[in-house]
Amino acid sequence: MSMMHAPQLGKAPSTAHVMRWVIAATLPGLAVMTLYFGLGILSNVLIAALWAVAAEALVLRLRHRPIWPTLNDSSALLTGVLLGASLPPASPWWLIGVGVIAAVVVAKQLYGGLGHNPFNPAMVGYALLLVSFPTHMTLWAPPQSLWPDSLWPQIMGTLTTSALDGLSGATPLDAFKHKGDAVLASEFWASSPLPDGTLNAWRNIALAWLAGGVVLIAKRLISWHIPVAMLGSMMLLSALFYANDTSHFGSPLFHLVTGATLFGAFFIATDPVSAATSRQGKLLYGAGIGVLVILIRNLGGYPDAVAFAVLLMNLCVPLLDIVSVPRPVGQATARPDERKSAP
Amino acid sequence: MSQWTQLAREGLWTNNPALVQLLGLCPLLAVSATVVNALGLALATLLVLVGASTTISLIRHQVPSAVRLPAFVMVIAAFVTCAEQLMAAFAYSLYQILGIFIPLIVTNCAILGRADAFASRQPVLPAAIDGLMMGLGFGAVLVLMGAIRELVGQGTLFSDMALLFGPVAAHWQITLVADYQFLFFILPPGAFFVAGLLIALKNVLDQRRAARAQPVNIAPRAERRVRVTGTIK
Repeated sequence: MSMMHAPQLGKAPSTAHVMRWVIAATLPGLAVMTLYFGLGILSNVLIAALWAVAAEALVLRLRHRPIWPTLNDSSALLTGVLLGASLPPASPWWLIGVGVIAAVVVAKQLYGGLGHNPFNPAMVGYALLLVSFPTHMTLWAPPQSLWPDSLWPQIMGTLTTSALDGLSGATPLDAFKHKGDAVLASEFWASSPLPDGTLNAWRNIALAWLAGGVVLIAKRLISWHIPVAMLGSMMLLSALFYANDTSHFGSPLFHLVTGATLFGAFFIATDPVSAATSRQGKLLYGAGIGVLVILIRNLGGYPDAVAFAVLLMNLCVPLLDIVSVPRPVGQATARPDERKSAP
Repeated sequence: MSQWTQLAREGLWTNNPALVQLLGLCPLLAVSATVVNALGLALATLLVLVGASTTISLIRHQVPSAVRLPAFVMVIAAFVTCAEQLMAAFAYSLYQILGIFIPLIVTNCAILGRADAFASRQPVLPAAIDGLMMGLGFGAVLVLMGAIRELVGQGTLFSDMALLFGPVAAHWQITLVADYQFLFFILPPGAFFVAGLLIALKNVLDQRRAARAQPVNIAPRAERRVRVTGTIK
C-alpha cells in the first residue's frame, strides 16, 4: 500500500464511466418492463440504441469531429436507451428513428454536442413524437405474454390501423384522465377499467426503476437532491389536490407508481448537462418538475407530463443557476466583490 | 450595378425582410402551414407593401416628422383594409382561414420598417420598386416555408389551391406520400424550426460565396519564422 500526500482527492469518474453505469442501472427497470409488456420493450431499446449511435456517428462525420472518442463516451447510447424505454412497446422502427434523430441530431449535436445541449435530448425526442404522432404514442398494449403475437409486423410498421386499434390499451394515467368529469374516482375504480394486474405491473416497474436509481445514488453518480425534491413536491401537491377533491384527482400513491414518475425522477431529471448545477439549484429544479408534472396531469390536456415538465424546467436552468450560486466558505455573499480579486 | 438591381438584390436576398431583418415573423410563422395559406398572405402583404411605400413616398414632404409614424400606420391600415375587402370578395374561404392574420398585416414591422427607413426618404419610383422587391422577398420565404411545411407535415404540395385560384386549381394537388402526417411541422414549433433552418441555409450560402470570392493569401515562409537568430538566407 503506497502512502499518499494530502490532498487525498479521488479521481473524478470519466463521462464514459458515468454513462455506462447509468445504462447498467436501467437494466432492472427494463427487465421488469419486458416481463410485463413483452419483448417489444427490448426491441424499442435495441432499435433506439442503433439509431442513436448511427445518427451520432453521421453528425460527427459531417462536423469533422473525431468519431470514435465521442461515440466511446456512450452518451448517445444512453440517450437511445432512455428514449427507447419511454416509448410504447414494439414501436415501429421509423417512429423510433424520428425520435432519436430529433434527440441526438437536433437537441444535442446542433447545439454543439455533449455538454452544450440546453434540453434533455431524450425528452426532446419524446415530446416531438408525442406531439407529432399521437395515435402511435398512446398505443400501450396491456400486459401480455413475453412474445406478443404481432411483434414483428408492429416493429416493421406493416400492421393495418384496425389491427393496431385492436392491440391498443391505455396506461392507468390515460384511463384515469379520460374517465370524464361525470364519473367519480370510486365509480371508475369499481368498474375495473384496466385489465387485471395492470396497476400491479406499473407498481413493480416503478419499484425496479427505484432500485436502479438507488444504485446510482449509492455510487454517487447522481445526487439525491433532484429525485427527492421532484418526488417530494409531487407528493405534496398531489396530496393537496387529493385532500381537496378525492373524487376527481388521483391519490399521491397513484401518481407515484404510474406513468414515468420514478423513471423520470432518477434517470431523466438527473441529466447532468441540462439540470441545474448547485445543490440549492437542484432542489429548486426538481421541485419545479414535480409541481409541473402534477399540474399538467391534474389540470392539463396530457395524461403524463414528465417530458414536458423536464423541458420546461430545462428552460429555467440558466436562471436557477444565477439565483443559486453557492456562497464560498469565508465569504459573506455568493458573489464576492470582483475588485478584491483583481491585482 | 444600377440602382434597380441594387434594390432588387437587397429586397430578395441581402436585406430580405424574413431571413435577414427578421421582421414580420408573426405572420411568417403562423400562416405558413400550407402553400395556399402562405401564398394568400404573401399576395396581401405584397399589395400592402407596394401601395403603402408608394403613397408614403408621395406624401413624404407634407408629413411632419413628429407625427410620421401614426400617419404611416394610417396609410398602411387603409391598404390593409383594401386587401382584406378584396380577399373577402374573391377568395372568401381563404379569407376565413387566414382570419385575424389579414388585419394583423397592419402591425407587420417589415412594412412600417420600409416606410420609415426607405419610402419616407426616397422618390416615388425607387420607393415603389423597393416595396415590390421587399414584398417579393418576404413572399418568397413565406411560400417556401409553406411548401416545406406542407410537404414534410402532410406529404402534399399545392393542396386546396382552389381557395385562391378558383375551380381551375381543383386538381393541382400533388400527393407525394398518401396517408401521412407529421404534425410537428404543421404546428407552430415546426414553423420556428423551418425558419431557423432557412436562415442557416442562407448564411451558409453567403459564407461559401464569400470564401470563394476571397483571394487565397499564403504568407511567404520566411515571414512566419518569429524566433530567428542571425540572418535569413
